[in-house]
Amino acid sequence: MRTKLSTESLNLSFGTKQVLKNITVSFNEHEIAALIGPSGCGKSTLLRTFNRMHDLFPDAHIDGRLKLEELDLYDKTIPVTEIRKRIGMVFQKANPFPKSIYENIAYGLRINNLPHNKDVVEKALREAFLWEEVKDDLKMPATRLSGGQQQRLCIARAVALRPEVILMDEPCSALDPVSTLKIEELITHLKEKYTIVIVTHNMQQAQRIADKTVFMYLGEIKEEGATQDIFNFPKNEVTANYIKGQFG
Amino acid sequence: MRYRTPKITSVIEWGTLLLSTCLVCFFLLVVLWEIISKGASKLSWEFVFTVPTDGMTKGGIFTPVVGTVLLTMITALFSIPFGVSCAIYLNEYAENNWLTRTIRASIRNLSGVPSIIYGLFGLALFVQALQFGTSLMAAGLTLGLLSLPYIITTTEEALVRIPNSMREAALAVGATKFETIKDVVVPSAMPGILTGVVLTLSRAAGETAPILFTGAAFYINRSTGYLNDEFMALPYHLYMLSTQHQSIEEVRPIAYGTALVLVIVVFLMNLTAFYFRYKYRKNEN
Repeated sequence: MRTKLSTESLNLSFGTKQVLKNITVSFNEHEIAALIGPSGCGKSTLLRTFNRMHDLFPDAHIDGRLKLEELDLYDKTIPVTEIRKRIGMVFQKANPFPKSIYENIAYGLRINNLPHNKDVVEKALREAFLWEEVKDDLKMPATRLSGGQQQRLCIARAVALRPEVILMDEPCSALDPVSTLKIEELITHLKEKYTIVIVTHNMQQAQRIADKTVFMYLGEIKEEGATQDIFNFPKNEVTANYIKGQFG
Repeated sequence: MRYRTPKITSVIEWGTLLLSTCLVCFFLLVVLWEIISKGASKLSWEFVFTVPTDGMTKGGIFTPVVGTVLLTMITALFSIPFGVSCAIYLNEYAENNWLTRTIRASIRNLSGVPSIIYGLFGLALFVQALQFGTSLMAAGLTLGLLSLPYIITTTEEALVRIPNSMREAALAVGATKFETIKDVVVPSAMPGILTGVVLTLSRAAGETAPILFTGAAFYINRSTGYLNDEFMALPYHLYMLSTQHQSIEEVRPIAYGTALVLVIVVFLMNLTAFYFRYKYRKNEN
């Protein structure tokens, strides 16, 4: 397995508050990695360092190394838009553009100067298991889709750019169990082509889909390893308590 | 202990609110009735499209209608681009520090400045210092200045309402900050922006004080519509017919007709704003 995404001695602080402490972690190609941990432990913050979403906040200070294969993600000579094209993201709450379904997919392609015809859009929608449900309503506003469909549209929008990595920030937390299962099935399917890092609060979800699990606590990585090992034989007491549901 | 029965309390609470509502509606209806009943007989396409003649005792109101339309267009051309751009800068780019907070507070204060002050400022700046003379241009720019704070404030409010998740969505597919604003943020905020713009312009169209010294004329008996020339405007025409004309009784019907046309113009503009808001709500759900 090749390492796709990695950090080395990553520290991040917002103003004077240190949120990530000395994070060294790596994610393999074509694997699903789950970031778990109690609220406020920094897992979403870590996820968002990979596509440089913290660039928006002037008081976020990052040091350490982040790499996509051999590429330095914070290299000043590389446009941030290029990084975000190669590392896509799906958010906690589905956030389709207030445009048509077709435009939601085509927009990212257009601004990245990629071909954006009906075939490309169809392919992305098929990959997100959404095509059959929307093929007759491509001109419909995306906001009229159900929550689960909107989230799959957001996945299709990310997939359309052919990224190498897809970051997912609790993509199912606002969805019902049926939509959740559908998305999990989709995520499992997507790992054949992409590397996926997913933040989740749902222990069962992590066990169902993740190859690797990383447990974070108070801005640090407490334990990481193969999902089966983490859940069956946690080495750290905090990890054991958390996965048993003794705190959250 | 004795309690008032809840029923009486609730009737009093509910009754006070209902009474206030009725009172407001009553005055509104009286004003509308007064204008409509006395102005309706004058209202016709002919009235709107004929120029005033015989010292304004006969004819229609075409000259002031043209003046108001052109005036509002100049106001719009000046205040919309600058106002909207300023709001976008303040909301999307400017850092939140004491300077921008001061600027924002000043803009809000400006929208509370009485319009006559804008009139005097316009007289000093556009008419005299920049030597535009009393003209359509000077009056339009003065009204533009008056409209700027409203347009900036309403546009900023529309932009603030766009959730950050929308901006992140665009950034995450590789859009630059400008593309995010141009393609996602502003289009989503458009109904709110348009509502603010239309309401502001309809208010500007009805203003008298700012154009009083900057270009509105008592009576013009020749072709008008030149940027460097004086003009007639509906609100000023109405003011003048009701209080300044030498034969006030004779022109009273024309004054009511003018008032009715002005009310209809403002009503139509507000209707457009309501339509935008309706469309906005529909898109939201």
